[in-house]
Amino acid sequence: MGGLDAGPVTRTEHDYAPWEKRVDAILRLLSSPKRGILQVDELRRGIEDLGPGAYDELSYYERWISAISNLLIEKGVLTVDELGRRMAEVEARHEAERASGGAA
Amino acid sequence: MSDTHGHSHPHPPHPNQPDIEDAPLTHYQILELAVAELLIEKGIFSGDDMRRTLEMIDARSPADGAKVVARAWVDPEFKARLLEDTNAAAAELGIDAGTIPITTVENTPSVHNAIVCTLCSCYPRLLLGLPPDWYKSRAYRSRLVREPRAVLAEFGTVLPDDIEVRVHDSTAELRYLVLPMRPAATENMDEAALAKLVTRDCMIGVTVPAPPPD
Amino acid sequence: MSAPRFPVGAAVRIRRAYPPGHVRAPFYLRGCAGAVSHIVGDMANPEEFAYGRCDGPPLTVYRVRIRQPDIWPDYAGPAQDTLVVDVYENWLEPAEQEAT
Repeated sequence: MGGLDAGPVTRTEHDYAPWEKRVDAILRLLSSPKRGILQVDELRRGIEDLGPGAYDELSYYERWISAISNLLIEKGVLTVDELGRRMAEVEARHEAERASGGAA
Repeated sequence: MSDTHGHSHPHPPHPNQPDIEDAPLTHYQILELAVAELLIEKGIFSGDDMRRTLEMIDARSPADGAKVVARAWVDPEFKARLLEDTNAAAAELGIDAGTIPITTVENTPSVHNAIVCTLCSCYPRLLLGLPPDWYKSRAYRSRLVREPRAVLAEFGTVLPDDIEVRVHDSTAELRYLVLPMRPAATENMDEAALAKLVTRDCMIGVTVPAPPPD
Repeated sequence: MSAPRFPVGAAVRIRRAYPPGHVRAPFYLRGCAGAVSHIVGDMANPEEFAYGRCDGPPLTVYRVRIRQPDIWPDYAGPAQDTLVVDVYENWLEPAEQEAT
């Protein structure tokens, strides 16, 4: 990305949301030398493979979780089917919590 | 809480999140939760591993880097060891800077250093905590290598024309830390007070430490 | 383990090649010449690691210092400003001795 035209550096910062820190944690755990499930270079390549639009459409951690899940599927750690089913369940569970007024 | 499957899944630890509890989850938040749950169920890592990693992420901040810089300012032999092997020097102060080698680059009256990772956003997280949004932005990553003095000026840092501005693009498995110059009028300050002058931004190299208030 | 090909101070150029895949030599530096300022040591080849192939030989990584005017013909700052980049040995070739 060096040398491309770009505007002024926007210096506002956001506090990291808990889900973003969890993506960071998942990344560190999967790429730790002890586990070696994913190499950091694979993850970087996975982000590059998301394509040029990803930079503008997705936030930093949205890109990382996308690359992580694509790689886990590619490597057979997760199947598309089980991931899809669990995602539906997670969403349903969250909606049920919201409907009942939030977690106690 | 109802569970449609009749057996419980261990949920990854998550602190009270009023922001997302009141709102629908985004696709990516759902993806993250599902990935985390499945990986824990499959034993790839445990809920405790996740908890400990989150605590570690939260525990790291620029204060760790500042401790290292302040010690280097008061102890020339420590500074020499820091420049030789930053990870080992940090360990002397009880800071686990991890296995990825960190290199310290020293500002002098003739050289000012600034750090960027144009390819992704490599950053010495174990010494400085999580990077600020701007460090990861397209604007910073594309412009610091091209017009560093203009970018530094946006941070309020104007450097004389007779010094060398040296930009480091961390493209391999190295991370960089800038050792700023010790400000004037600090001779009577102790290490803890000196560390307070060392901001995250001056360890990235976009600013220099301010002298102490009178 | 093979010895590093370039000593500190060697005049080197980052190769002007544009393969696909995960390449850690930034586009903006392809074809630029500078001098080796440090020999970092051996590191795993990221181009192979990016595809999960971890068994290959490591590559020597060098820090190469390049004058900014040699990268950007219209560089707006002083001519002594530099850029230092970490380069894997497979991306370096000797720079010709030139009086530029």
